[in-house]
Amino acid sequence: MSGYSDVLDSKVPEGPIAEKWTNHKFNMKLVNPANKRKFEVIVVGTGLAGASAAATMGELGYKVKAFTFHDSPRRAHSIAAQGGINGAKNYQNDGDSVHRLFYDTVKGGDYRSREANVHRLAEVSVDIIDQAAAQGVPFAREYGGLLANRSFGGAQVSRTFYARGQTGQQLLLGAYSALMRQVNEGGVELYNRQEMLELVTKDGEACGIVCRDVITGEISSHTAHAVVLATGGYGNVYYLSTNAMMCNVTAAWRAHRKGAMFANPCYTQIHPTCIPSSDPFQSKLTLMSESLRNDGRIWVPDKFDEARSASDIPEAERDYYLERKYPAFGNLVPRDVASRNAKTVVDAGKGVGPLKNGVYLDFAEAIARDGEDTVRAKYGNLFDMYERITGENPYKQPMRIYPATHYTMGGLWVDYHLMTTVPGCYAIGEANFSDHGANRLGASALMQGLADGYFVLPYTIGDQLAGKLGSDPVPADDPVFKEAIADVNDRTNKWLAVKGTKSVDHYHRELGKLVWDYIGMERNKNGLEKAISEITSLEEEFEKNVRVLGSADTLNQSLEKVGRVSDFFGLAKLKARDALVREESAGGHFREEHQTEEGEAQRDDENFKHVTAWDWNGEGEAQTEHREELVFNEVPLTQRSYK
Amino acid sequence: MEKTMKLTLKVWRQEPGQNGKFQTYEAPGISEDMSFLEMLDVVNERLIEEGTPPIVFESDCREGICGTCNLMIDGQAHGPEKATATCQLHMRKYNDGDHITIEPWRAASFPIIRDLAVDRSALDAIQEAGGYITAPTGSASDANLTPVPKEAADSAMDAAACIGCGACVAACPNSAAQLFTSAKVMHMNLLPQGQAERWKRTENMVETMEEYFGSCTNHGECHEACPKEISLDFIALMNKDYVKSKIKNRKLSGQN
Repeated sequence: MSGYSDVLDSKVPEGPIAEKWTNHKFNMKLVNPANKRKFEVIVVGTGLAGASAAATMGELGYKVKAFTFHDSPRRAHSIAAQGGINGAKNYQNDGDSVHRLFYDTVKGGDYRSREANVHRLAEVSVDIIDQAAAQGVPFAREYGGLLANRSFGGAQVSRTFYARGQTGQQLLLGAYSALMRQVNEGGVELYNRQEMLELVTKDGEACGIVCRDVITGEISSHTAHAVVLATGGYGNVYYLSTNAMMCNVTAAWRAHRKGAMFANPCYTQIHPTCIPSSDPFQSKLTLMSESLRNDGRIWVPDKFDEARSASDIPEAERDYYLERKYPAFGNLVPRDVASRNAKTVVDAGKGVGPLKNGVYLDFAEAIARDGEDTVRAKYGNLFDMYERITGENPYKQPMRIYPATHYTMGGLWVDYHLMTTVPGCYAIGEANFSDHGANRLGASALMQGLADGYFVLPYTIGDQLAGKLGSDPVPADDPVFKEAIADVNDRTNKWLAVKGTKSVDHYHRELGKLVWDYIGMERNKNGLEKAISEITSLEEEFEKNVRVLGSADTLNQSLEKVGRVSDFFGLAKLKARDALVREESAGGHFREEHQTEEGEAQRDDENFKHVTAWDWNGEGEAQTEHREELVFNEVPLTQRSYK
Repeated sequence: MEKTMKLTLKVWRQEPGQNGKFQTYEAPGISEDMSFLEMLDVVNERLIEEGTPPIVFESDCREGICGTCNLMIDGQAHGPEKATATCQLHMRKYNDGDHITIEPWRAASFPIIRDLAVDRSALDAIQEAGGYITAPTGSASDANLTPVPKEAADSAMDAAACIGCGACVAACPNSAAQLFTSAKVMHMNLLPQGQAERWKRTENMVETMEEYFGSCTNHGECHEACPKEISLDFIALMNKDYVKSKIKNRKLSGQN
């Protein structure tokens, strides 16, 4: 297939980049305050994007229904983000600006994101910091009482705001508190412990969702004028990742099956600083914040199969490979570059630790320079966490780190309004594909989730809703809801009837190994083709041999998991196909066939300067590929260099 | 070579609407590098293969920050390691042959859903009663217009570190939720941004807490069990603000 699809209209407004959003806000249709209460909006997911969107739309007067499968909105996985949130405040007077944040993000994304979306993100980044501070988010402060900043990978300015090592938790508590205020005032109705299992459409438009109450098993329909998916990324397709145990692709995948195109599923961020896995029963990997790279130095021994402990290896026999190869950015190169370099040295046999599966992240120099107390004040909780997990003290010996799946840049395709290809269905936060291109810079996930939720969607959703004034939502007894409920029940009964021999986790683990081996940090044609066939046969076995005990009318964790893993199988196959057709290397997608002489990612702008979006064709049929051309008017396309 | 252990688990099993009982399970081949919850994953996988419904327990982030995991291990909320949530407890704390008793959170306000899973929605009710600063989106001024003394910011952060797991309630002989509530109240009361609603917030949150939970008698078990080591000082500060709120709120509503 070649050429660009006319199906995908990004709806990017005309005009100079810096004025697009401002002008567009004026040009969009408004819903007057008295009419907002006539519109019902469903928000699925209560992480940063979902909670901020639900709270803000509740404040505006829309009738919002917020759904989470957790017991409390505050448990969404945004809570685990450690390092920080970017904001182009230039409080440090070091030359930062909206344009620089925009530029860094487009470049960091390896020129595979949509310029207009990224510029808008950079513009509202400053409002997010103000908003969060007003909500009482306890950001780090200088002694004078003003906000503190630190620098992060892929940037040469200090624009990252942080709250110890718990920035995600504090920002989520801010959004959650705004949400609970709306719950208290009646602007938002909160549905806890409800897992969305179907997106319901009528005449091609989104009109509601079907949920399962995870405690009672009850299946229910919920109707609305618009449905917003804020359901996170698909990193758990790897089984082992830094995602929480329950993170899944089901809501997005169910929408995909109803016509929402899935964009760039091959783009996955492998985060460079995670604790290496230690045994075969490992259930997840733990991230050590990237902020550690500000003061930690990454190295491996010069010698292959080094047996000495770190402290016995003299300076002269250490290879600080990032500082050596990238003198300008050193240990602060972007995540994809840091990860791939770690893989290279470990594959070469220079790995450290009992399983030889890590590299050192060493704080000895920072401790000697600033003192242990200063280092403790900055990173104390991270060091404690490391010690609890590994039993090693990072004040005394270097940490061991290795890359792990962390974030997914791909997701549901959305236009400038954040609407998917199903009219009335929106995707925000990590669930959409829009802002990070092929690689996300550190401290930008929190920024994007909150930008979408607080400052973008609440405006853009009005444009679509305004046209629906006077129309009631499709009623819950409409045949489309009955069909959706029947589909959910059929699937449930199917899983309970298999009565196979192996647990859901067994198959999830096996799937994860295939995805990591063939669609991980490096990919090639043979591997990807193999992945598709092996995933397909594993899926066949899974459907014949998985064992789900118990019944559907009660809390049944195996039943919850089996549906999620089944959707991961579908996603994994699409991910492999997406990686196969993208015959170039870009950001988190590294094709071995496409690298520079120095082993860096080699883009092919002539043929691949586009978003790949996949359209569902029905069960058993291959998805159709569509392409949205990316236009770079502001940021000149260059080979990314961090040397 | 890594050390493996054989353990004996006594686990609380309870079906919805029925009485529960302890069930004993053997757990052989446990590696010392496993987390406590990974050990339970291994046990569950074997139970599934044997045809026994797996033990229901809740967890999500497994990084000690989401507050979902909640096990009473040998009578201690989150188990024996100080300042550590269940998911961050590792098996190197145990020895071959150990017997471990695993129960759900024990508190009337946290009814058991199934096995080790409980309903903690009472904590959300406290938050809803006033655990926020009213700042509708778009209304904020530039963040640096309101300097916050570093000490105040740090202290607010100490309180805000609460992960809402409910270990404080589970550990308390009275099932009181003072540590949780004070962390939520004082996080905001300590900041300049939180002053306008300080007294209303305190009164509403404390009184909502009283509707659900027992009373505090200063045992301090909550602090001992807290995975984030939230300080008992916050309870004292909250009590002080609560007393003041009774006078302040009368003034604010024009009754004085």
